[in-house]
Amino acid sequence: MQKRFMAIWFRHLTTDWLTLRRPELKGAPFVFAAPERNRIIITAANPVAEAQGVYRGMAAADAKAVTTNLLVLDHIPGKEAKLLRQLGLWCIRYTPVVAVDLPDGLILDISGCAHLWGSEREYLKEIVNKLRASGYDSRAAIADTVGAAWAVARFGKTTPIIEIGVHAQALLNLPPVALRLEPMVLEKLQKLGFSTIKSFIQIPRTVLRRRFGEPFLLRLAQALGLEDETIKSLIPPVPYTERLHCLEPVRTAKAIEIVIQKLLEGLCTRLQAEGKGVRRATLKCYRIDGKMVQAGISTNRGSHSVSHLFRLFELQVSKVEPALGIELFLLEAPKVEDVNAVQEKLWAGNPGLQDTALAELLDRIATKVGPERIRRYLPAEHYWPERSIKPAVSLSETPTTKWHTDRPRPLRMLRRPERVEVMALLPDYPPKVFTYKGKRHVVEKADGPERIEREWWRDKGEHRDYYAVEDSDGGRYWLFRSGHYDDTPEWYLHGFFA
Amino acid sequence: MAEAKRELIERLQKDILQWEGYKPPPAGTQDLVGLGPVEVAFPNGIFPLGTVHEMVCSNTEQATACGGFVSGLLSVLMQNGGACLWIGLSGNLFPLALKPFGVEPDRVIFITLSKDKEVLWVMEEALKCARLAAVIGELREMDFKQSRRLQLAVEQSHVTGFVLRNESAKMGSTACSARWQIKPLPGEPIDGLPGLGFPRWQVELLRVRNGQPGNWVVEWSDGKFRPIEKQVLEQQKLLVG
Repeated sequence: MQKRFMAIWFRHLTTDWLTLRRPELKGAPFVFAAPERNRIIITAANPVAEAQGVYRGMAAADAKAVTTNLLVLDHIPGKEAKLLRQLGLWCIRYTPVVAVDLPDGLILDISGCAHLWGSEREYLKEIVNKLRASGYDSRAAIADTVGAAWAVARFGKTTPIIEIGVHAQALLNLPPVALRLEPMVLEKLQKLGFSTIKSFIQIPRTVLRRRFGEPFLLRLAQALGLEDETIKSLIPPVPYTERLHCLEPVRTAKAIEIVIQKLLEGLCTRLQAEGKGVRRATLKCYRIDGKMVQAGISTNRGSHSVSHLFRLFELQVSKVEPALGIELFLLEAPKVEDVNAVQEKLWAGNPGLQDTALAELLDRIATKVGPERIRRYLPAEHYWPERSIKPAVSLSETPTTKWHTDRPRPLRMLRRPERVEVMALLPDYPPKVFTYKGKRHVVEKADGPERIEREWWRDKGEHRDYYAVEDSDGGRYWLFRSGHYDDTPEWYLHGFFA
Repeated sequence: MAEAKRELIERLQKDILQWEGYKPPPAGTQDLVGLGPVEVAFPNGIFPLGTVHEMVCSNTEQATACGGFVSGLLSVLMQNGGACLWIGLSGNLFPLALKPFGVEPDRVIFITLSKDKEVLWVMEEALKCARLAAVIGELREMDFKQSRRLQLAVEQSHVTGFVLRNESAKMGSTACSARWQIKPLPGEPIDGLPGLGFPRWQVELLRVRNGQPGNWVVEWSDGKFRPIEKQVLEQQKLLVG
């Protein structure tokens, strides 16, 4: 398709914004200024100030001499980017690909969009009128290349719409500054008397390169369309998408399943060819009542297996509410990763954590009950019992340290230690009797104490003296006393031994 | 005469077992998990793998003893590098403590849920995955139909399942191959030294399909089960008394 770009130029971006914020400034000359090399330099001037001869790059002191009632405001760093981003997001209603062009413009990729508004002229008029009505003085132009659109938007004098294939002619009469060149090069061009682009466009490239350098040639080629120029979209497009329009609105679960199957087949064929696998996928269902419902899945490792992904979505179908019917399905895979193509094995190897079947099982469980419920633990180098284990990030993560088993640890450990009433014969002796949940346990045997200090660099508090005790019924418990033995020692039950 | 009768009955019993789907034991499968006399109680004297075992726990102490006993069994099941799923309601299992029972804690995947229904769903789904070494599910209640679903799942995949459940007043029959109850027992001091001994349990087989229910004392020491014989127990009792 023929590429078409639109460049929008905001002539007074920041000053327009301030006028909108503070309407009382309308009609008064004001400028933004920032210190630069010990001088206060104007960074932006509003139209009133410009009419009185104040321009960008002028020293604020000079400007004040020209205009007596000039208001000088501090330049707000980063404001342009913020404003342009907001305006760019607003422009997404006209095209999905909008890029910010600092410091004062936007670039829109409008290929295949303009006809929806009748013609390019209507389209441009619509955008510019809307922007102007909202208070931003803007100019726009449409051309085949980003460079040409940029140049015409700022320096064009005849028409803002450059028809397909004629952008080179449109550029001829414009000044060299329209090529987005560096100030040094511009100065040189001016010195040599090149006042328009046509005056140097015929000169051989080798000569131009010697005099003005490679960037100059690149800019020229980009404007003429000889060199590709990529723009960075505000909203990155999801590269892996499949869409399915339905002639009749779809309402039944079975039909939705068929749609998912069809979409997955398309997506997986592409992923397989590229050696990628889905980590996260979303099914967006656009209903005829204008609402959108979605269902998402995620996997533990990249997968391009239709049957597996379908089973994950199958668990989610019940959550998709079709209401009056769904007319458009969109399957997006925002997160994909490279997968190692596995060779079909004649016999399965050792079962383990690296098994595909296990990963698929965990995906299904995660889809049903939520991934936060599934945990695997690795040892951590801490003595404090609660910190001696840490959750593993992925299935492939292996322990970095040993599992320490030199000290007794209970098989079941309470999340939070529970207070128990205790009777001990002597200080620092294990308890003789303790009462837990109203039941009295007479301690027959005991091991300990094992003192575990707090990690002072992490938290404050008392150390713990742990005792492993066994009551007369054979129940084995892990008790600890918080802190030293004093008048009111605090005893806690922390776990149960097997 | 009596001798001949006994032989006949033994042969008939073996035939019945075979018709019911229990194959005669291949050589080297005796004493599979190291439980000795406990394993004899099962049909053909083999600890049944690839089925669902039910364990009744009436309190936390028993549930912990059960956990220890199951971990001991897991150490055998997970020998060749397999992974296992531990599905629970409380989520208070401390992975580090599995290591003394011979289980690699990082090969156990813990799933903490809030409802019995979820546990059963996850457990059934997991039991269908033939690549797992074992699946353990802790839940409150399970009826016959639910246990049947689990049993059907393992028949395809031959994964061993353990259901740790609460004791309830009306405990109906289930499709599980065995119903156990593990109670903690006071341990014996090691070499007469003070302190806690090895974990010791009262292992009770309340129900066994085609087997003999029974009652044993088993200890976990030096990384394996050690069934304690009756005579030894009485001796120890005398010593204490």
